[in-house]
Amino acid sequence: MTNTIVGLLSIMITASLVNNVVLSQFLGLCPFLGVSRKTETAFGMGMACVFVISLASLVTNAIYKFILQPLDLSFLQTIVFIMVIAMLVQFVEMFLKKFVVSLYQSLGVYLPLITTNCAVLGVALNNVTDGYSLLESTICGFATAVGFTIAIVILAGIREKIEFNDIPKPFRGMPTVLLASALMAIAFTGFSALR
Amino acid sequence: MSEERKGALGFKQDTPAERFFNGLIVENPTLVLMIGMCPTLAVTTSAINGLTMGLATTFVLALSNAVISLLRKVIPDTVRIPSFIVVIASFVTLVQLVMQAYVPKMYEALGVYIPLIVVNCIIFGRAEAYASKNNIIPSFFDGIGMGLGFTCAITVIGLFRELIGGGTMFDVQIFGEGSVVPGAVGYFFSQYQPIRIFIQQAGAFIVLAVLIAIMNQVKFNLEKKGKDTSKFGVGGCCSDVEIKDPHKVKEELLAKEKAALEAKETIKPDFKAAEKEPVPVNSKEENK
Repeated sequence: MTNTIVGLLSIMITASLVNNVVLSQFLGLCPFLGVSRKTETAFGMGMACVFVISLASLVTNAIYKFILQPLDLSFLQTIVFIMVIAMLVQFVEMFLKKFVVSLYQSLGVYLPLITTNCAVLGVALNNVTDGYSLLESTICGFATAVGFTIAIVILAGIREKIEFNDIPKPFRGMPTVLLASALMAIAFTGFSALR
Repeated sequence: MSEERKGALGFKQDTPAERFFNGLIVENPTLVLMIGMCPTLAVTTSAINGLTMGLATTFVLALSNAVISLLRKVIPDTVRIPSFIVVIASFVTLVQLVMQAYVPKMYEALGVYIPLIVVNCIIFGRAEAYASKNNIIPSFFDGIGMGLGFTCAITVIGLFRELIGGGTMFDVQIFGEGSVVPGAVGYFFSQYQPIRIFIQQAGAFIVLAVLIAIMNQVKFNLEKKGKDTSKFGVGGCCSDVEIKDPHKVKEELLAKEKAALEAKETIKPDFKAAEKEPVPVNSKEENK
């Protein structure tokens, strides 16, 4: 029992901090650069990701374990996963719109953007490669998304601070954001000692 | 715009050659349009990784463009996004299996980024913007041109990162200890201390930042000469959109519910609208 808990904790720390999804794996860069203008929206995007990625990890892993593997169809995983994720996001959106309106109001706008977020597919594929169980892959998905939230909120905070700074003209906009992310990536390499 | 009608580099519009050079130079996906940034950052730790990734993407891009162009009259408009994804994912699986069988080392080095070609903005963007509207031959060459443009760009980025960060070029030691260059020049080169950070994650961000800054400068210079620069991207990605104000969303939601009572809602257009609609506002802002 203790062993499983320790194992899950190490998965969580590895997925959220050590192998941070954006800063060390470069997955989900599009929303990371695109939706990090304000801390508030960045946090909303992060929460939507937590929701969708945890759910997608669970569902894709279940499909892999109970359908693809027994039928010897694991080579179809890329096609099946991307379709499942696209459908899942649509379904979650419709479900929230109908039944949990308050949650939809806060997360709804971010949901369509998540289909194109490569982090969702990346986590699903990594779970299969690493041979995680259902519980482990859900935890891994959750922790990855938490790592994404941490990174995007920090970047949004930095962007708010430097918004009115006097930056050389060619470096305005995206280059400055990328340089800020570079410094964050250096800071996050410090976590590799935790492994 | 006379240039637009004439096509890229003075070639006739929509001929194979025009499409090829359009993708390779005029609308280079990485350097000019600035889309598909995830693989650009992730796999450019060495030139050979960039080259392999680029060629794999080119293969998928050319064939998926051709197939989507063939099927463009069969696929209904409302389900075109899932249909495109299935076509693209099939070719990606093909590439994945072939690479696993014949170049297992490269397959391992690139890892999860090979299956992630599916969500590469370049491929979906070309399917949507070009292949779904044009004939098979120009679509195919559009894919090849765009793919090779991407390949050249990420190979060069990989080459620089490898050279600065490790002193090697396609795994041949040029700078630093054990340089293959003979004589006095070789001695001079061997004194170089590789800047390791360039092959680490932070290096990718720095290199891309400098690259975009250079392209911005190029854009400013072109603007000074009065040339059209509307094609230039801002270094974002496909979902680089402005997020709406939550209060407005609430109002919109109420309005939508009213409308939904009157007419049945369709599912798909939502996704599409969110992707396209706010982009121009954003890019204008960045261009200033």
